[in-house]
Amino acid sequence: MTRERFIYGLYDDDEKMVAGIKALQAKGIHVRDAYSPFPIHGLEDVLGMKWTRLAIAAFLYGITGLMLAIITINYMMIIDWPMNIGGKPNFSFTENVPAFVPILFEFSVLCAGHGMAITYLFRNMTLPGLPARNPHPRTTDDHFAIEISEKENTKFSKDDLWKTIDASGVVKVFEKDRITKFI
Amino acid sequence: MDQFTFTDNAKKIFLGMILIGILAIVYGVVDSDISGHRIWVSALINGWFFFGIAIIGTFFLAVNSAAQAAWGVVMQRVFEAVSLFVPIGALLLILVFLASTFHLNHIYHWMDPEAAAHDPIIAGKRAYLNLPFWWTRALIFLGVWTGITLWFRKKSLREDAEGGTKWYKKSMMMSAIFLVFFGFTSMVASWDWLMSIDVHWFSTLYGWYVFSGIWISGMVTVILLINWLKSRGYLPNVNASHIHDMGKWIFAISFLWTYLFFSQFMLIWYSNIPEEVAYFIPRMQDYTIPFWGMVMVNFVVPMLFLMSKTTKRNRKLLSIVSVIIFFGHWLDVYFLVTPGTMQNNGSVGFVELGMMIGYLGLFLFVVFRALAQAPLTVRNHPLMEESLHHHIN
Repeated sequence: MTRERFIYGLYDDDEKMVAGIKALQAKGIHVRDAYSPFPIHGLEDVLGMKWTRLAIAAFLYGITGLMLAIITINYMMIIDWPMNIGGKPNFSFTENVPAFVPILFEFSVLCAGHGMAITYLFRNMTLPGLPARNPHPRTTDDHFAIEISEKENTKFSKDDLWKTIDASGVVKVFEKDRITKFI
Repeated sequence: MDQFTFTDNAKKIFLGMILIGILAIVYGVVDSDISGHRIWVSALINGWFFFGIAIIGTFFLAVNSAAQAAWGVVMQRVFEAVSLFVPIGALLLILVFLASTFHLNHIYHWMDPEAAAHDPIIAGKRAYLNLPFWWTRALIFLGVWTGITLWFRKKSLREDAEGGTKWYKKSMMMSAIFLVFFGFTSMVASWDWLMSIDVHWFSTLYGWYVFSGIWISGMVTVILLINWLKSRGYLPNVNASHIHDMGKWIFAISFLWTYLFFSQFMLIWYSNIPEEVAYFIPRMQDYTIPFWGMVMVNFVVPMLFLMSKTTKRNRKLLSIVSVIIFFGHWLDVYFLVTPGTMQNNGSVGFVELGMMIGYLGLFLFVVFRALAQAPLTVRNHPLMEESLHHHIN
C-alpha cells in the first residue's frame, strides 16, 4: 500500500473554510480535497472537483447483472430443467420473458447497487478494516479540514505552505499520512 | 420580464388549431363512412388526456405545498396556469357523459338498459354502476377538483397582494385535504370513466396505472411550457437545478408508469384467466405494433435519454424527450378507450388527429391566457428565497 503525507488545515466553520480555500487558491496553492461533516453547497465548484464517474460504473454493473441473470435463468429454466408453471411455454426464453422480468430487474438492481457501494468504498480507501480516512476525528462532528499535497505545490517550500495555511483562518495546521493507493 | 404577454400571433395559431378540431368534427359528421361514435370516442380520449394534464397541475401544487417543498415555487405560476384548464376539461368530459347517458354514443355499454337486461355480469354490478350513483360521483369529483383548483389560484393571487404566511398555512391544510380526496377519487374516477368501458373486466391496479399516466403527461407538459417560456426570455429565476429536478420527475414517473403497466400485464398474462385476458387480447392482437410500440417508447426513451445528469439539464434534449412522451401517453389513453369502444375498427385518421390538435389548441389557449393574467413569479411566498437559491448536483 502506498502511503502519502499531506498537510491539513482544520477550520471551525464551513464559511471560514470556503473563504480559506479561496484565499489559498488566490495565492496559487492547489487544495486537493476537503472534509466536512455535512454537504456544503458549491464546495465542489470551489475545489474544481471533476464530476464522479460512479454513475457510469453503476450502469455497467447493471448491464452485467442483467446479462448474468439472463444466462442463469436461461440455463436453469429452459435448458437444464424446463418446468411447467401454469402451462406457460417452457422451452422458449423469449415467449416466457414476462415471467422473468421481475428477476431480471431485481438482479440488475442488486448488481448495480452492490457494485456501486463496493466501488465507492474501494475508490475512497474506506473499505471495512482500513484506517479512517478523515484526518481529524472532529471532521465528523463540528470541524472542517482541507488537504494539501506538498508534491502538487512544488513552487512553495514546506515552511511557506505551512505559514500560508496558518494565516488562512485555521484553528490548527497538522501533518498526517494516509493510504492513497492499494498497490 | 415578469409579465407574460399572450401575443396575437399565438392567439391566431391556437384559434387555428381549434378550427382544425372543429373541421375534424364536421368532417366526421358529414362523411357518412365515419360514424358519430368515432367522434365521441375521440372526445373522451382527448377530454380525459387534457383534463388529466390539468388536474396534475393542481396535484403537483398540492404535493409541493403539503411537503413544504421550496424548489418549485419559482415555477408555481406555470403549474397554476396548467391547472386552470380543469373547469373547461371538466365541462368537456361532462359533455361526453351527457351524450353517453342520452345514448348519442355507445361508449358505456352498461348505460344501455337493453344490454344490461340480458347480461348477468352487468346486472351484478348494478348496485355500483347505475346512472344516478355514477352521475353523483362524477359531479362530486369534478366539482370538488374544480373548486380546489380555483381556490389554489385565488389563494396564490391573494398571497401576492397581502403577503404574510396566512395563505401559505391555509394552502398546506387545503393541500392535505385535496391529496387525500384526490387519492381516493382519482381511482374511482378511472374505474367509472375508463374501466367501465370494458364493463366485464376489472383490474385492481387500473386506477394507479391511469393516474401515473396522467401524472407523467402533466409533468412533460409543464416542462415543455417552462422550456418554451425560458427560450423566450421569461422565467429568469428557473435555473439548471430546477430543470434537472423536473427531469428527475419525468424519469422517475416514466418508471412508475412502466412498473404499473407491467405489474398489471404480467399478473393477467401469467394467470391467463379468460375474463381477465379479455382486456389484453384485443390490444395485443388487433393493435400489436402500436400497442407494444407505445409501451416501449414510453419506457425506453426516458430511460435511455434521461438517465445521465447532463441530459436532464439539457433543455433541448429534455424538450424532445418530453414531446415524444407526450404523444406516447396520448396513445396510451387512446388504448385505454379505443379497443373497448371500437373493437378492431380503431384508427388514427383526420378525425382523431384533428380533434387532438383542436383540444391541444383549446388547452394552450386557456393556459396561455392564465399565464398572462398574473405575474410569472409569485410574490410574497415564504419559501421564495429558498427556491431562488435551489442548487443540486
